[in-house]
Amino acid sequence: MGNKLLSRLTNSAKPVDLSRRGFLVSMTAAGVAFGFPRASLAAMDPAAADGIPVAPTGETFEPSLWYWIDSEGKVNVNIIRAEMGQHVGTAIARILADELEVAWENVNITHVDTAEKWGLMVTGGSWSVWQSWPVYRQAGAAGRVALIEAAAEKWGVDPSTCTAREGTITDGTNSITYAELVSDGLTRSFTEDELKALPLKPHSELRLVGKDVTALDIGTKTNGQAIYGLDAKIDGMVYGVPLLPPTRLGSSVTSVDDSAAKDVKGYLQTLTLNDPSGTVPGWVVVLGETLMAAKWASQAISVEWDAGETAGVSEADINARSRELIGDASAGAILHTETPDTTSAFDGAANVIEAEYTTQTVLHFQLEPVNATAFQNQDGIWEIHTGNQWQSLILPTLSSALDTPADKIVMRTYMLGGGFGRRLNGDYTVPAALASKAIGGKPVKLVFFREDDAQFDSPRSPSVQKLRMAFDVNQQVVGMEHHAAAGWPTGVVVPSFMPKGVNGEPYDPFAIDGADHWYSVGAHQVRAISNDLANQTFRPGWLRSVGPGWTNFAVESFMDEAAHQIKTDPLEFRLQHLKAQGYNAGSAPNAVGGASRQANVLQKVAEMSGYGSTDLPADTAIGIATTFGQSRSMPTWTAGAVKLHIDRKTGEIDVQKMWLAFDCGTVVDPDSARAQCEGAALWGLSMALYEGTLIKDGNVADRNLGTYTPLRMIDTPDMEIAFVDSTEVPVGLGEPGTTVIAPAIANAIYSAVGVRMRQLPIRPDDILSAING
Amino acid sequence: MIKFQINGRDVSVDADPDTPLLWAIRDEVGLTGTKFGCGIGMCGACTVHVGGRATRSCITPLSDVAGTSVTTIEGLDEQSNHPVQEAWRNLRVPQCGYCQSGQIMQAAALLQDIPDPTDDDIDAVMTGNLCRCMTYPRIRQAVREAATAMTGAQDNG
Repeated sequence: MGNKLLSRLTNSAKPVDLSRRGFLVSMTAAGVAFGFPRASLAAMDPAAADGIPVAPTGETFEPSLWYWIDSEGKVNVNIIRAEMGQHVGTAIARILADELEVAWENVNITHVDTAEKWGLMVTGGSWSVWQSWPVYRQAGAAGRVALIEAAAEKWGVDPSTCTAREGTITDGTNSITYAELVSDGLTRSFTEDELKALPLKPHSELRLVGKDVTALDIGTKTNGQAIYGLDAKIDGMVYGVPLLPPTRLGSSVTSVDDSAAKDVKGYLQTLTLNDPSGTVPGWVVVLGETLMAAKWASQAISVEWDAGETAGVSEADINARSRELIGDASAGAILHTETPDTTSAFDGAANVIEAEYTTQTVLHFQLEPVNATAFQNQDGIWEIHTGNQWQSLILPTLSSALDTPADKIVMRTYMLGGGFGRRLNGDYTVPAALASKAIGGKPVKLVFFREDDAQFDSPRSPSVQKLRMAFDVNQQVVGMEHHAAAGWPTGVVVPSFMPKGVNGEPYDPFAIDGADHWYSVGAHQVRAISNDLANQTFRPGWLRSVGPGWTNFAVESFMDEAAHQIKTDPLEFRLQHLKAQGYNAGSAPNAVGGASRQANVLQKVAEMSGYGSTDLPADTAIGIATTFGQSRSMPTWTAGAVKLHIDRKTGEIDVQKMWLAFDCGTVVDPDSARAQCEGAALWGLSMALYEGTLIKDGNVADRNLGTYTPLRMIDTPDMEIAFVDSTEVPVGLGEPGTTVIAPAIANAIYSAVGVRMRQLPIRPDDILSAING
Repeated sequence: MIKFQINGRDVSVDADPDTPLLWAIRDEVGLTGTKFGCGIGMCGACTVHVGGRATRSCITPLSDVAGTSVTTIEGLDEQSNHPVQEAWRNLRVPQCGYCQSGQIMQAAALLQDIPDPTDDDIDAVMTGNLCRCMTYPRIRQAVREAATAMTGAQDNG
């Protein structure tokens, strides 16, 4: 066994004595594989064992495209967001059900397939609840109003005398259920203007929002019944595995020799993909009757490529390019801060401090490797079965790759075995579709083994950032600059999403958000720079918290450095500059209160953690950091504190406890909110101390867990998380927790042992060499 | 033809004996609750029980399980009410859920071996199972709760 395993791992070819395609005998019907018949719907109800959504009984009433109510009072809420651990359908359905006034037990959800009627389908940016809140409230209110009006008309009473609760309407005398009203037939519809004018319930009347609930997708995730992309099964499908070219872009196949694979039982054929969309240039896909047949065959096949230009690129090259661009004042876009011209502030400064921060490449390593199953169905429609976060982005690319109109392609919906931004880029669906097309539309299930998933990742780009701060003679801050260079996910994948800076240059907001902070610092220049070498070498990805994952490491480390520079306590220094005035005053609806709410969570986390306590053991300290989550347009006020101990002999970092405080406005689903914050904070910890790779020879160097070392249970500290009570607009929680941990750790390390760590991840060896000077 | 038991039923699988048990379970037997994560036995998503022992099915050749009894997440409890599963639901452990079959199978094996584990025991065993959603705090707590439920049940029984 050991030798066989070893030979598998060392990529040697499978011996040729394979038996024919396996089949199963003596299984009962219950053991038969789950499979979607070709023409059936795959839209998903994660609460159902077979994933099949609830069907209506009798008449239905559809006040909007977001839901229906049937003649039994069952409600089905359509969810366009991907389920990848946020329990997003539960949160969104509760928003609607609350306004509709129905009992939660009667509510079902359906994660829908792609169709034009749904509009933009994207799940990212921690946007889902924030964007759904107004839409699903209005939709729920529309149903409630229509049903009340119907009841009032029936009884000949004024609708204002009627109330609805748990699917029943009363006027004090009469009573009727939604089910009865729907059975009678209801067709009321609303114009956009009517929807906007609908009366919404005040917070005091909310009965589901903010109340504890078990998410609808929990049960099937404890018994193996939840259905992920990798579980897709289509009648007659074959399996494919890719052979990846030496560079992400620019490679071309010069020869393929599969003679050594011919004897692998179950090997079918090798395809050199022709990709008009340019998504997967130089790709080869090996097909087999079983997954392992394809895999073993792929190990026996020799492919020669003309490698693209980036075949020798290293992370050091990319960082050198970042430094070169930062040094060129004409490079990049300057953001619309209040006073972007910092010339006079720095020219007249009594004192200037400056620091450079770098962060390494990070893999998504979502636990379900990317995969997709593609085929053309009996109606000529191309079906793509996969988990995906941004269907609207990849459909046009699939259309180009297949040379087929987008309305002839449908993406079926599955649970995602982790997203974290990887599946925003649906590039992995393209080779599956092309492989299927190459064999006449027959179903192909393309599976990436882990090493392929990692190599083909859209990783978090390495970054280099230079920060500067100017002080006057009274040690008051008069100016700040933040120059950030990295690969730009939005720049390479969807440049039309990029706004323009004050100098007319476009920029990737997701790669710079966070640098445009809410501190009042006088003149403030934020310059976002696209690293062209990074963009050519790999596909920079959106990875949980994206830019704020590195910009805030710089900002919040630098705020500590600045405070120490003028001998002020870092907490006090931050509070002095978090003033809700001018540019930082905040505005309705999303940022009411502005910087004062950030100051509030910072004070809260300082109290929770006992920050400033003087009786900590030697080489032990608490560090703090605060951010506004993902962006100024949707601030999630966030603060974190980390207590750690440094072993001066080994450099080992013992993270003992983490505290977080959030003001996210209204909390819709409290337990899921907490779960998101736990996970996000631990991602922050993982990227601060445990995970990071390097670009080497044009690819990521670490491709599996032998050398890539994300956080595991044994290094998971205790956490305490608090939410500020609020009735403001609910904003996102999937990512903000990630943003405060790395700087809080760097600040704690400085307080504990007096060394300033300016690179992520922070490894014990780095601390040791810093201590030893 | 390799014969073994899976979740109490006899099966014969005609596949290459070197096929990892994982893919035999998923693609031949058709039980997809067991997941593929790393393929090198280091993430634990593929954990099943072979002869009652927690086993990484992605690095176990099919030939190794001939004549044995394999249990997957689908067979841990007929009603999906194993105390570990109940604790997982009570504490709402899963986020994306992809690793949780493996986590639950690992935890069930742990509690069979060590009915009253210390926190260090839990960390030492469960740290072999990666969770990218980072549900570790809840997994830790759920194992403790399941341990309490199971030892309590024994005491009462």
